[in-house]
Amino acid sequence: MKKTIFYTLTVISIAAFSISCNKKDDKKDDFDTSGTFMQRDQMGRPGIATVFIGASRKDEFNNTIPSAMSTAFKTDIVNKLTGFGYNTNLLGLTKDQFAGVLATDVLNAKTSGTTTFYDGTNVLTGRKLDDDVIDVELTLIFGGANGVSNPGLTADHVNANDKPFTNAFPYLANPW
Amino acid sequence: MISILQVVNHTLSQKLNYSTTNQIMKKKILIGGLITLSLAGVIYAADHIDAPAVTGSGNTSTGADITDIYAFQSPSDNSKMVFVMNVQGLMSPASSATASFPSNTLYEINIDNTGDNVEDLVIQALVQNGKIRVYGPVAPAATGMSSTVRTNGSLTEASVTAYSGSSSPVIGSNANGIKVFAGPRDDPFFFDLTRFKEIVGGMQTSFRNPGVDTFAGTNVMSIVIEVPKSMLGSATTINIWGETKTK
Repeated sequence: MKKTIFYTLTVISIAAFSISCNKKDDKKDDFDTSGTFMQRDQMGRPGIATVFIGASRKDEFNNTIPSAMSTAFKTDIVNKLTGFGYNTNLLGLTKDQFAGVLATDVLNAKTSGTTTFYDGTNVLTGRKLDDDVIDVELTLIFGGANGVSNPGLTADHVNANDKPFTNAFPYLANPW
Repeated sequence: MISILQVVNHTLSQKLNYSTTNQIMKKKILIGGLITLSLAGVIYAADHIDAPAVTGSGNTSTGADITDIYAFQSPSDNSKMVFVMNVQGLMSPASSATASFPSNTLYEINIDNTGDNVEDLVIQALVQNGKIRVYGPVAPAATGMSSTVRTNGSLTEASVTAYSGSSSPVIGSNANGIKVFAGPRDDPFFFDLTRFKEIVGGMQTSFRNPGVDTFAGTNVMSIVIEVPKSMLGSATTINIWGETKTK
């Protein structure tokens, strides 16, 4: 009889102890934030890696930190601009200067004022959803000093997204 | 990929043999440059399907394949900045219904606010069991190509918006004024990629007008994070890049 009471009390105590231990666990423990994550893909500006980095160096590019990109890839970009017949562009950049801008693949942004890839006035102050980055890049690569050279190559004539964006978070349109 | 390049170069050299005028020659030198320097004759703009080690064979876009990064002042609040990271491009509606963010992937926005192209702040997102957790903006433990999660950073959580409920996006927020969304969205990228590939392949010499958006009707998995600018430091210019990391 006493043993039964003793064991019962023991079981109840252990159960109570277990429950109180569980109460200390909060929701955050359900989420696993442990471990070290290794780089897979990387992106700054749209299209730059795609156009300027050759297939054989794309994995290397994705595993180069931005501060080391210019040293590693600027020459490749200069060579590609040469292949495109580049001399200068609307921003007045020489081949070397333009390659210098492109080689460090980060998106520049301003923390005050208009944020846009390029709107004729603001240059590389961000990237909005409706920026026509393709036309901007094609013009800066193929358009020459005044932006009007190679007219067949400086605009793809797709000027807007297939769905409108909203001014309310999350700003991107519902999926198809 | 190598065989495609050989086919493209072979096609181009045959077309060049038929040229007669100077104008055509100039265009071909230009386009020849494009073809020679293109990636295996196939270019996907933005960053869609742009990481061979990530996507592997068969053009399957994995959860770690970034399609686009955006950074812009919030249209609804000038005191805030919006960061968008899209992954898993060219999803059809059918594949969107079953798409998910893999739980072994860290989605990371890197922010340099000292002008040296080294991250001073990171915003780190993880998705597990249908929830996204966003830590930051917070200083990283170490810079570079490996990351640990900065659980000391400001935490914002949201349920991932399911495809079936995507007309009512779930928005997570925290006391710092950060907002978070994760789920399928219409791909905001637009480009006549099909025509561009034809130009690169020597079948066309210019874009068509009007163009046809190759990405119309396709979706991506999207992470949208809105943060107060005051959490980004005091620099007027910042540099942003997105990374996916896995363990």
